[in-house]
Amino acid sequence: MAKMDVKTNVATRMPPWKWALYIVLALAALVLPVVFQIMQNLFMVHIFGLIGIYVVLALGLNIVVGYAGLLDLGYIAFYAMGAYSGVILGNVGLQILGKGFAPWAYWAMLPVAAVVAAGTGVALGTPVLRLKGDYLAIVTLGFGEIVRIIATNWSQLTNGAAGLPRAAEFVPAPAGQQWVTTHLSTSTFTFSADLWWYYVIGALCLVTVFFVRRLDNSRLGRAWIAMREDMVAAASVGINITTTKLWAFSLGALWGGVGGITYGYWIGFISPESFNFFESVLIVCMVVLGGMGSIPGAALGAVIIAGLPEIIRYLGQSQLFSRFLTPDQANAIGNYRYLVFGLLMVIMMAWRPQGFLPSSRRARELHPEDELLLEEESAEISSASL
Amino acid sequence: MSLAIIGQQLVNGLTLGGMYALIALGYTLVYGIMLMINFAHSEMFMSGAFVGLFVLTELSRFSFFTGSGLGVLLMLLLTFLTATVVVGTLGVLVERLAYRPLRHAPRLAPLISAIGVSIFLQQAVLLFVSAKQLPFPNFITVIKFNLGPVTVNTLQIFIVSLSLILLAVLDTFISRTRMGKAMRATSQDRDAAGLMGIDINRVISTTFFIGPALGAVAGICSGMYYGSIVFNMGFIPGIKSFTAAVIGGIGNLRGAMLGGFTLGIIESLAAGFVSSGYKDVIAFAILILVLIFRPGGLLGESVIEKV
Repeated sequence: MAKMDVKTNVATRMPPWKWALYIVLALAALVLPVVFQIMQNLFMVHIFGLIGIYVVLALGLNIVVGYAGLLDLGYIAFYAMGAYSGVILGNVGLQILGKGFAPWAYWAMLPVAAVVAAGTGVALGTPVLRLKGDYLAIVTLGFGEIVRIIATNWSQLTNGAAGLPRAAEFVPAPAGQQWVTTHLSTSTFTFSADLWWYYVIGALCLVTVFFVRRLDNSRLGRAWIAMREDMVAAASVGINITTTKLWAFSLGALWGGVGGITYGYWIGFISPESFNFFESVLIVCMVVLGGMGSIPGAALGAVIIAGLPEIIRYLGQSQLFSRFLTPDQANAIGNYRYLVFGLLMVIMMAWRPQGFLPSSRRARELHPEDELLLEEESAEISSASL
Repeated sequence: MSLAIIGQQLVNGLTLGGMYALIALGYTLVYGIMLMINFAHSEMFMSGAFVGLFVLTELSRFSFFTGSGLGVLLMLLLTFLTATVVVGTLGVLVERLAYRPLRHAPRLAPLISAIGVSIFLQQAVLLFVSAKQLPFPNFITVIKFNLGPVTVNTLQIFIVSLSLILLAVLDTFISRTRMGKAMRATSQDRDAAGLMGIDINRVISTTFFIGPALGAVAGICSGMYYGSIVFNMGFIPGIKSFTAAVIGGIGNLRGAMLGGFTLGIIESLAAGFVSSGYKDVIAFAILILVLIFRPGGLLGESVIEKV
């Protein structure tokens, strides 16, 4: 008998309509910002980039919350660590290596910021390993606040509430951006910095998706899922809970750092106010809304939460939709978004805890009553067969 | 480091601790019965302050209430009563709508739901009441007493004694009444309590009335003490009060009180001697340290986890 291949080939399992959908989405993501750029609508290009950053963050947090089942309410701290370490160390590099380093600062600091954030993840993870569930959530929240308060108060390092860079410093534009702007612009079309950053962020999103997908079916990924479902059972089959948790924290944090430094170099300014508790909750909300443990889910959550209110606001201002939506109405919708997100979190937990695009495994886990029924049914069947 | 400053910070810390203790009681009650952190509890504190402000503003239009000392006393009594009833009802409603459907769900679900409620309530106040800081009137005449180098005022005495009285009342309620007994039974074993004929839903609703009601009292006290309220005022005191509940041993009423005063005093001393910018860091660091080294808290018993 031929040996069964345990790994199912995902590519062959995916129905054609799904392929078509992904291709359409990819094309839209590739072309739409250029269209907006041609329309001189820089705001929408900016929003697309922002959505991309949140996709990276949501995918990163998804490792911690979705795969490992550890609720992290201080994820923004890793984002902050990435942003601050990237900008500060980049400036140190500039002082040591001179102006020639400027175009390479972002590229050189990207792995550094990722490692700093991952290291912070380990530093946070180590002491809180024994905690679980809601205690862990509160401690991570406290950690996130500690990082923000330190960033506000340690003025020598972070310039406090005034933010970075300081007056004499600057955040250099990375290599590639200047080239693109001069070479790809025509008399009617400027290849703006925002557009360039959008494609860099898009590439980072793809790298993240690839990375997380590889994790999903790896030994480590399965260990996370086992640990999430039953820690004691997982430990009893030889999974080292300590290292498994630490890996979740550090690999999740790594993407927070990547998102942070990219945001810092793109916007060219960071201040502690960008890293408050509310941002952490928004990212949790993205993961929950999209579907914990699901890659398309986390991405969809990021698009909905980071993008939808802005897109509605934009539609309200455009001529095309003025018949259906006045700018005032659109603005009101934008203002009510957090109210709606809060409500959505409550509704989702009661009605569809697995999220919009659930991972099949996680969906079964979140409906324990169905599992109970299945058990009863199988018990009935087995007793009947006796 | 002078004794006078220590004494003064002790007084301030006790006042702060009184408010923390009142909020911590709500966390600890709910945790004892439901084994969940009611993340929306900090919003009960905030709602209490806003209901209190509304009632005070309406009542102070009548000269009857502002004219005499007795009138002011009556007005404050009415304010506290209305706020506790309104916020208590809000707490019961939140439990009914957001937590009850999740009673058998994994523990992450009610926590996320609670975060949702918290955001919803904050945003509701921001959008429909005010996004700005609102001044909070204080009708208690602030008389300062000088005890040596330390100054104590009537408002501080009022807050500390109110929290002590409410703890005593709650303690008696839990240990002496039939409902209190039902609550204790439910916290020990919910299913067994249900089998003994205790109406679990009623016990949980009562818990979700008392906790938020106490939070509302703290909210009004905070408004009077600091003189202003704002929609996101609940977040930091909420986390700190949770810390207080953990320090005392979560699920333990007297522990919550002890934890509240301990945290208030530590925080005030830290603000006086280290740096006021870092006082929140110290509170959070204490939370993390207590959870790591003594998760049962000062008065809590260590719980053996069953598989």
